[in-house]
Parts: sequence; C-alpha cells; structure tokens
Amino acid sequence: MSVITIQLGQCGNQVGREVFHAISKDLHSTHGLCSRKENDAYQAASKERFFSQEETGVPAARAVLVDMEPKVIGQTLSMALKSGSWKYDDQSHFCQKQGSGNNWANGYCVHGPKHKEVIMDLVQKEAEKCDRLSGFLTLLSMAGGTGSGLGAFVTESLRDAYPTLFLLNHVIWPYGLGEVIVQNYNSVLTLSHLYQTSDALLVHENDAIHKICAQLMNIKQISFQDVNQVIAHQLGSIFQPAYSSDGASQYSRSPLGDLMEALVPHPEFKMLGLRNIPQMSENSLAFSTFAWPGLLKHLRQMLIANAKMEEGIDWQVRPPLPGLPPSQKQSLNRTAHFNTSIANLITLRGKDVQTADLGGFRDPALYTSWLSVQDALAVWKTPRAFNKYEKSASLVSNSQFLLKPLDGVVAKAWKMFASKAYVHRYTKFGIEEEDFLDCFTTLEQVIASYSSL
Amino acid sequence: MTQSVVVQVGQCGNQVGCRFWDLALREYAAVNKKGLYDEALSSFFRNVDTRADGDAADISRGKICSLKARALLIDMEEGVVNEILQGPLRDVFDSKQLITDVSGSGNNWAVGHRLYGCQYRDRIVEKLRKAAERCDCLQCFFVIHSMGGGTGSGLGTFILNVLEEEFPEVYRFVTSVYPSGEDDVITSPYNSVLAMKELSEHADCVLPIENESLFDIVSKINQMTKSGKLGSCVKQSSLVTSGGIKPTKEKPFDAMNNIVANLLLNLTSSARFEGSLNMDLNEITMNLVPFPRLHYLVSSLTPLYTLADVNVPSRRLDQMFSDAFSKDHQLIRADPKHCLYLACALLVRGNVHVSDLRRNIERLKPSLRFVSWNQEGWKTGLCSVPPVGHSHSLLTLANNTCVKHTFLELKERFMRLYKKKAHLHHYLHTDGMEQSCFSEALSSLSDLIEEYNQLDVTNCGPAIDPPRLKIAM
Ligand SMILES: Nc1nc2c(ncn2[C@@H]2O[C@H](COP(=O)(O)OP(=O)(O)OP(=O)(O)O)[C@@H](O)[C@H]2O)c(=O)[nH]1
Ligand SMILES: Nc1nc2c(ncn2[C@@H]2O[C@H](COP(=O)(O)OP(=O)(O)O)[C@@H](O)[C@H]2O)c(=O)[nH]1
Ligand SMILES: [Mg+2]
Repeated sequence: MSVITIQLGQCGNQVGREVFHAISKDLHSTHGLCSRKENDAYQAASKERFFSQEETGVPAARAVLVDMEPKVIGQTLSMALKSGSWKYDDQSHFCQKQGSGNNWANGYCVHGPKHKEVIMDLVQKEAEKCDRLSGFLTLLSMAGGTGSGLGAFVTESLRDAYPTLFLLNHVIWPYGLGEVIVQNYNSVLTLSHLYQTSDALLVHENDAIHKICAQLMNIKQISFQDVNQVIAHQLGSIFQPAYSSDGASQYSRSPLGDLMEALVPHPEFKMLGLRNIPQMSENSLAFSTFAWPGLLKHLRQMLIANAKMEEGIDWQVRPPLPGLPPSQKQSLNRTAHFNTSIANLITLRGKDVQTADLGGFRDPALYTSWLSVQDALAVWKTPRAFNKYEKSASLVSNSQFLLKPLDGVVAKAWKMFASKAYVHRYTKFGIEEEDFLDCFTTLEQVIASYSSL
Repeated sequence: MTQSVVVQVGQCGNQVGCRFWDLALREYAAVNKKGLYDEALSSFFRNVDTRADGDAADISRGKICSLKARALLIDMEEGVVNEILQGPLRDVFDSKQLITDVSGSGNNWAVGHRLYGCQYRDRIVEKLRKAAERCDCLQCFFVIHSMGGGTGSGLGTFILNVLEEEFPEVYRFVTSVYPSGEDDVITSPYNSVLAMKELSEHADCVLPIENESLFDIVSKINQMTKSGKLGSCVKQSSLVTSGGIKPTKEKPFDAMNNIVANLLLNLTSSARFEGSLNMDLNEITMNLVPFPRLHYLVSSLTPLYTLADVNVPSRRLDQMFSDAFSKDHQLIRADPKHCLYLACALLVRGNVHVSDLRRNIERLKPSLRFVSWNQEGWKTGLCSVPPVGHSHSLLTLANNTCVKHTFLELKERFMRLYKKKAHLHHYLHTDGMEQSCFSEALSSLSDLIEEYNQLDVTNCGPAIDPPRLKIAM
C-alpha cells in the first residue's frame, strides 16, 4: 500500500527531500546483504509505498509540497531533479509569495481556508495515482506559521475528506533556545489541534538530533541538512518495508495502519518518539561490527532511561520492582527517571535478525498495567540490511519521553500568555484568548495523562 | 517572492537612499552572474524595456534590459534629487518617480507635515499607487528619512499616515536618522519629538539610527585603516567604501550613509535570497514586537572592519557575534548589554552554520538580560548569500529598553527649547498647527519612555511564574 507525504513549510520541505533521498538511496543500495528474491520484494514494496512510476522512468515521489513562499520549494524541486534517481511530480506543489510570518493564526485562519481547495485537489490527484492508499504522512515544524498553522488546517481537511485513512503527523520540535520567538505559542496551538485530529504524532526534537550530529556523526559544523539526514535515516528505518510477524511471507501491507495498531491502543495517548541504533558516520561504520545482544541491550536502556542516543545513557535507571502499589511505583519512577511505555514497536533489519532475542523488551515492568506485553510490544523484521548498516534496530515508542519538553513548552507559552505579549498578532487573524485557553487545557490534559502512567 | 517600495524623503532620506541603491546594484551584480532578471532582483527593481516609448510595461522574465528602482524620491528642495539625477544612478530612476519643490521646509516639521502634506497628498498617493500596481505582491514600504529636519521629519511622517490609510496591509518599516547633540539644526528637537508621535502610532517597525554612532564607527574604521592594523588587506569594496558604480568623490555623509544602506540590505537579504532558515520581513515584526507601540529596534552590524578571508577560523566568527553586542557597534549610542531585552534577532549571511549560531547564543546568553516572559527570545535567520566582499556578516536587531536613553535625551533637548517657547511661533504660523500638537507629542514620548521604564522596573527582581491551569482528572 502507498503513503502520500505532505511537506509543509520550510522545515517540512527540507526534511521531506532528505526522506525521499534516503529512501531512494536505500532502495538502490547494493549493500542489501540478502537474497535476490528478498531484495526484489523489498524494493517492490518500498517503491509502491513512496514512488509512482512515471513514463520517463525516473520514479516520482508520492508527495504534495506546500509552502506559502516560493524559495524553499523551488530549491527542493531542483535538488530532487539533480539526484537523477527520483524526482517530484512537477504538478504536485503549491506555493504563494509571502510566508505566514511565523504566525500560526495566519496559516490556520487565513491561508488554510483560502487555499484549501487547491491543496486538496493536489492531494486527490496523488491519491488517484495509488492503487491502494494506506494514509498520509505530513511533515511539518510546529514553530513557524505555515507548517504549524496551515499544517494543522490541512490535517483537519484530510481527516474530513478521507475519514477512513490513517493520518500520521511528523512534527519537528524546535530547538529549546529560540529560532522563532513565538515558537511556544505556535507549538501549543499546533499540538493541541493535531492531538484532536491526527491518529498519532511522531516527534523529532531538533536539540536531540543536533546532539547526534555532534557526538555520533562527528560533524563539526552542523547544518540543517545534516540534521535532516539523520531524521530521514531514522524515518526510513521504520517506514521501509519489514515483516510484521514471524513467518510472514509478505511485506507489511498497510504501513501506517500497522504502525497505529501497534502503538496507539488508546486515543488519549498518541505521542510517538523514535530512536535507533547504531547511528554513526560512514567512516566509522566501515570499521565497526555489531552483535544483536549488544545493540538491543543499549536500545532497551535508551528506552527506559529516555536517552535519544547511545552515548551518555544513564545505566542506573532500572524498571520498578513488580508488586509495588501504583502510588509508590509512581514516586519511584519519578526519582529514578524511569520512562514508562504504553507501547513499543521495534524494527530489526539486516543479518541474522531471526537470532535476535527481544526478551529484554518483554518485561512487563516496562509497561503500564492496563496492557499486556503481547499487546504492548510489536516487532518487525527483515533480513534486508538498511542503508549500509549490516544490522540496525529502531524503536518507536509511545511513552513518557516527551513529558519534560512538552511541559517546558506549555510553561513558557503560559508565562508569555500571562503577560499578553504577542497575543494581538493572533487575535488580528481570529485566534482569541479563549482559543488559547482551550489549547492550553488540551495540552495540560495530555501532560496529566502521561504523568499518571 | 514579494516586493518592497522605498520611499526616501528629504535630504537625508535621499542621500541614504542613493547609497542604498548603489550598494543594492553592486550586490546584485555580484550575485546575479547570468544577467537574467529573477525573483530576487524583482524585490527592489523593475525590469523595463526603455526602447518602447511612453509608459513602458515591465518585463517579468528574461534578460535584464533596464533596471528601475522601486522607489519614490521626495524632497521639497531640488538640490539633492537633481544631483542624483545627474550622477551615476540616474538611469535607475525616472522622472515619474520624483516629487520635488523648490523652497524647502526650512527645518520646520509643521511646514513639511501640514503645508506640504496637504499640498502634495494627491500626487504622493498617485505615485504610490503606481508603484504598488507594478508589484505582484507588495509586502513592505521602507521609509527613509531624518528626524531633525523639516521635510523628512514632517512630510516623511505625513506619508506614513497616508501609507497606513491607503495600504493598511502593507508593512511600514521606517529608517529614522536621529540628530546628534550638536546638530546644526536648532529646531531638531522639536521636529524629532513631533515626528516621534507619528512613528509610535503609524509605523510597524522603526530602526532608529544616530548620526553620532555612524560618525564614531566611520572614524574607527578610518583610524584602523590608517594605523595600518589592517594594512594592505583593506579591500576596495569593503563595507564602508562606496564600491560598485565607481565613486567619483566621496561626499561627507557617504561613508556614514553606506552603513545605513547595508543595514537595509542585510535586513532584507533573507527575504530575497535562499537560505536554510529564511526570515521573511513579516517575521521581523511578528517576533520582535510583543506590544504594538514598542516597535523600536536597535541594530548593529558586524563585522565592520574585520575583513575576513574565505576560510574563516571559528574564533574570528565568534568575535563577530561578540562585537554585535558591544556598545560601539550599535547604530544608536546605547548599551543593550546593560539593559533589558524584550527580544533579539540574529540575521546571518554567508558561510555560517546552525551549530555556529547555537554555540554563540549559548555563549552570549548568560551575559544578557531578557524579560521574564521571554527568556529565550531569540530569532535567527540564515541566508546563504554573503554580502559583497565578505564571507559572512551579522545583523542584530534588538528590542531593548536601552532605546529609552535616546528618547530621554531627546526629551531633555526638547524641554530646553520648549520651556522658553523658543522658535514656537515659526511652527504656529502654519495652518492647523497648535500648541496642543507640541504637548501631545511630548506626552506621547513621555508615555513611551514610561512603558520602557515599567519593563525595567518589573523585571528587576526574581520572576514569579503564573500558576498553571489545573486539570480535573
Ligand atoms: N530539523 C529541521 N528543522 C528545521 C528545518 N528548517 C526549519 N526548521 C525548524 O522549523 C522551525 C521554523 O519553521 P519553518 O518550517 O521555517 O516555518 P514555516 O512552516 O515555513 O512557516 P513560516 O515561515 O512562518 O511561513 C524552527 O524550529 C526550525 O528549527 C530543517 O530543515 N530541519
Ligand atoms: N546620516 C545622515 N544624516 C543626514 C544626512 N543629511 C542630513 N542628515 C541629518 O538630517 C538632519 C537634517 O535633516 P535633513 O534631511 O537635512 O532635512 P530635510 O531635507 O528637511 O528632511 C540632521 O540631523 C542632519 O545631521 C545624510 O546624508 N546622512
Ligand atoms: Mg517559511
């Protein structure tokens, strides 16, 4: 089944082009390390998901590009074309002359309604190209005005127009120390709206990825492209085909549906985080070998200690002892920084995947009491190696990982809101103080829910 | 892409504007190698086929024929504008873009604002409309003027009113040159305070600039150049020598005005050229102006005299960031470092990465004081096209309470005249000008100063966080 990607705003478009680039590169990789037959099946499934075959032979990404200013889309189209191995459909983009000016209300209340028809037409054209459509992946940042405001509007429009399809929002969480001064307002407005429409939100924090670039990738001068390549690699590692059960003979058929089924058992909890191992520069990769037990042991500790990368993990964090009453368990969690999960999805790719032992992730102490381990843990596998990594594991988790950043964003926005600074910029476009209050309420609820795990 | 129209008013406005167009052309010549008229060029220039007679239509694509500035030149004297029309920039303007008179405003705000305002309103509106029609998405008017004289100060702020009425959706950015303490114009405090009220009420954003600061910066560069510290490596086209169209001979204000011209170029670069983190003009007000009236932004430009090589070692780059916050790089005489920030923007051009930005923000943050509800009030933009002759540059825009010192000083100078009612009669002669205009302008200024004071006062002690919303579980 296919997935249509919707790239919104500068960030969404810059991330999107790296995602397709990474997927295309992996598709044509000669490092698959598996049988010819396996590789063919993998390629076919991946192509069906992300590309439509054009007459010219160069596959076209199943994507719709949207921005309110022309520069980024222009650059994105030409960069894709230059790659030679894939491209964007030249009819599948929409831009305007001036951006939303970092104003969520401008994107949501003005640009959204004004351009709904054109954008939804583009989406429909893409949808008609798919034999079987699983759903939509939107790429956006929540700090600006277009990706965040227009992105929230488009998400709602998609929900209305395609009520049965799956809707996953990929959200870039801004650097904590500003690039956009009103980013906390925009974030609160975006998150609360998406939380009510989307099936799940998959979050990447720029600060965390920046650290990965510095510490794991050893990049001295880090650009947005470096950051985006890491994000793209991680996304590829979960969205490329994998078998969703042992003994399955076909690659997973509904990539987004399977993901939601595994990770979102309850609509009150839909914040997803992603981590992977190993992650390193190509140079180091050439000199490294990996064994599954080591990789999985690290990945497990990254999960429970809420580390975004394998360096600097706190090995002291342990799951709480079984049998403690919930109240005690909670206080213990807090002191020990234990990250409680609702559900986890592990994807393993590469050599000897069948031998990998996931016992460490089957410990009930990792999860809430209201879901059995069978329902809380899903594992996908493929012997096809991913992007030059002989073995690789990635983990999507629905857990408390985002509590602290979310609480921080809400706190900062709340403080600014109390002083009424910048509020007039939003009311100008129709977002009133009560609307802000509703959004704060929604997010306080999310925080409370995740805190109570 | 969007377009901007520059409205240059009065002697100062036109002299600064002239430097701006010169440097803008030089910049495009360096960036646009193919000689094709593109979107970036269209933001400040039209492409016109001059062979066609009459009102030549714009050519939207293809080879550059003849570039015309999207500008309106207004002066109530002829001298400066005539000089421009005889100078190297004459082809960039045509006679339909000019409004001049012969008698000047006599350094009298009332004459500029009331008399000429009434008299020229229709002509101004007509020409503004014409300029606007030629844009496919007009985003911003840049008004360039001085505060101390009569035309720029009076008529310039009159035009600001007209712009607000006629084009309410288009941003109004104003570059205002403030008079220095020993300005030749005796009535400059009156003119400036009268103009301030208009700026506070009708501009979206004001970039105040003090001539004394420009002068100091220019002297410092001259000194360094002479003392040989920079020795032979001073490039011909450095930031402050007028490059591009060959300078015949430099006029006294040219070096100073080049600084202002560069401010405008760097302010708009991220809207005109590509970058990994674009900063459109509408983002400036959105991020930097938390309350409508507090829209005065203190700016600094670096490097002013670090004439960098292509491969810049990190240390030098970090110096650029440090300098941007030092007192002697500000375009007004103020010290933002020792006052309170409401918000701060870093607009970087050239070979600078996200990691450089992050490192420097983290390094500088501890030494700067931000208002309690905006502790992380940083906005950043990354434009990949560097300024001509440099590998990188930085423009900072600060919404900082230090600007109130400039206003306080102005108020004092105003009071010195006003107490004695000196020269008042020159103003009161003009129709519609009453003494209440003075008292209202004064109280507007006092209120503004008080708003900054309040922020300073309430942000002295430790901040108490507002209690969060409670959720019933
Ligand atoms: N990871 C990553 N983050 C980015 C990138 N570009 C922008 N961002 C982040 O996105 C946020 C800014 O939002 P943009 O995407 O630039 O804004 P926009 O959606 O285009 O909206 P407007 O420009 O306001 O119309 C900041 O938090 C940036 O850190 C990128 O290429 N990669
Ligand atoms: N920086 C700068 N200041 C100028 C220039 N020309 C005049 N001024 C200043 O502008 C003020 C006088 O206003 P002016 O523009 O001459 O009057 P107008 O023509 O009536 O607007 C004084 O403060 C001068 O110092 C110039 O070219 N550059
Ligand atoms: Mg944008």
